[in-house]
Amino acid sequence: MIVPLAHFLILSLIIFCIGLYGALTRRNAVGILMSVELMLNAANINLVAFSRFVSPQSGTGQIFAVFVMALAAASVAVGLAIVICIYRNHRTIAADKIDLMKW
Amino acid sequence: MTELFNTALTPWEWTQLISFYGIAALMIVAALMVVTLRNIFHSALGLAAVALGAAAIYLMLDAEFLAFVQILVYVGAVVTLIAFMVMLTQRASHGKLVRQSNDQKTISFIVVLSLFALLIWKIPTTVWNTTVSTGNLADAKTLGTAFLKEYIMPFEVISIVLLVALIGAIVLARREPK
Amino acid sequence: MSLLELTDKLIQWVSEMARTQGYSPEWAGFFTAIAIMLAVGGFVLGFISVVAMLLIWMERKVSGHMQSRIGPNRVGPFGLFQSIADAVKLLLKEDIAPKMVDKPVWWLAPIIIVVPAVLSFLCFPFHKGWIPLDLNLGLLFIMAIGSVSVIAIFMAGYGSNNKYSLIGGMRTVAQIISYEVPAILAIVPVVMLAGSLSFGQIIEAQSFRWNLFSLWGIVSFIIYVISGTAEINRTPFDIPEAESELVAGYHTEYSGMKFALFFVAEYTNMVIVSMIASAVFLGGYYLPFGLGASPVWMLLKVFAMIFLLMWFRWTFPRLRVDQMMIFGWKVLLPISFANIAWVGIWMALKL
Repeated sequence: MIVPLAHFLILSLIIFCIGLYGALTRRNAVGILMSVELMLNAANINLVAFSRFVSPQSGTGQIFAVFVMALAAASVAVGLAIVICIYRNHRTIAADKIDLMKW
Repeated sequence: MTELFNTALTPWEWTQLISFYGIAALMIVAALMVVTLRNIFHSALGLAAVALGAAAIYLMLDAEFLAFVQILVYVGAVVTLIAFMVMLTQRASHGKLVRQSNDQKTISFIVVLSLFALLIWKIPTTVWNTTVSTGNLADAKTLGTAFLKEYIMPFEVISIVLLVALIGAIVLARREPK
Repeated sequence: MSLLELTDKLIQWVSEMARTQGYSPEWAGFFTAIAIMLAVGGFVLGFISVVAMLLIWMERKVSGHMQSRIGPNRVGPFGLFQSIADAVKLLLKEDIAPKMVDKPVWWLAPIIIVVPAVLSFLCFPFHKGWIPLDLNLGLLFIMAIGSVSVIAIFMAGYGSNNKYSLIGGMRTVAQIISYEVPAILAIVPVVMLAGSLSFGQIIEAQSFRWNLFSLWGIVSFIIYVISGTAEINRTPFDIPEAESELVAGYHTEYSGMKFALFFVAEYTNMVIVSMIASAVFLGGYYLPFGLGASPVWMLLKVFAMIFLLMWFRWTFPRLRVDQMMIFGWKVLLPISFANIAWVGIWMALKL
């Protein structure tokens, strides 16, 4: 592997930062969910890169990445259900408009 | 970085370098699309592009199984579900005049920038405990064995989590029968 | 001699030649490898276009005979050149872009839908050792690549900015992701028994006895053919493009070359489903009971499967959306799970 580990980490860092910015600033609930997915993807790149460079034979990082993917899929499924529920009741999915619990 | 270009590279190493930086640039542009575009459907397509780019990076890191699973799960399931969400809530997210970002823009930017600065300063200076790969790399067989031996407990737990998420999603999304 | 050995020999030979001529052997080998890749890619593309044209002719001919007509018979012998005439017509046709479409999305959709279809063809098992891309995870690769087409269909449906397209696109996606599950689960018993996901090894495991010659094999095969038909939106499951309700579904707004690309992708996907069915259940290039092996058998099996899919089209009436979903989730899925459990128990008892 000619590309050094640090470059994979920096790529992952950039995508993580973009995702974090999106999660903090997006108003649309679906947009927030997408930003979270970006962050999970960035974490996965990190895990796989470490797996390849630190323990290439056991592939522990890849196993972690599979778990992260399963959790990402689960979170999107539940997120879809919640968004549909909120949309049905409030006719909006802007996260700052859904303030029923805030008094 | 400089010592990289002092040594003569073989053609395959050139290919690797060029494809890595090309894919990385594409992924960053797509990620910026996800967080900045007004049209939320275009953002979802950006997410699909990021997922495909990540799959290519996994292929480069000799993780074929993970790369294909990434495409299957992210492009086939996650982005599809998100696109469904966009379609079903079309009216709420439609229209170019709807403001897409909230009032925390400046403060978020500062927070993200400071995190970025901290890590970009630390990552190149840290000495990582890397090993040169000798012998067989981890393949699908290694992963399968590990899932059913050392990691059997997390594996079962993740299955339960998926089942619970499935049931929860159905319960939340269905209409109450009158 | 297999494809891989042949390319290795060629690269070695060119490197040696370069060394004697005083050039860098590494770069010479590199460019040879690239040239071989391009040649294989070009061969696959040519194969696809010939097969797609042949299939369009075959579809019209088969439909004609099933309806007591003759079908195309004017252009060339038996109307064989009808598809070429059609292709020329589509190329020369004006390419109309409706005013309100979402331009970038609408433009990219037909291109993106062709890419996975073409890539899957790289795994076509012509003969022993003659698979352009025999990956260890070949089946997983095809399944993963196939799921990219879902995004393209979404793009076409959304980008057209037309309610028929949108409804058609959403129906297609719902149908594809529902039937992908039984399709994958139907293949799982084969993978369990062969112990591999590569096409080469799965076919080698059937060199004497096809997977079809057993109870679980028949069940898996039927489940796979049904869900494969649903995944490529062929007739009993053509709800996404039901002419009578949705005009043409997600490709309503496309014309000219872009429409042709959707058409090619549809027929290519048909070949891929037939290819997987023949490789995984019908022994690929092998005749049963060790009677022989040849690329001819592979192609014959693929065309027989395609004929079966065309036969379906004129035999079964179209299902309703809810019937189709119920059939996929409440009938096919439990049967395929039971099938996997049965094969697993059988393997455990045998070992």
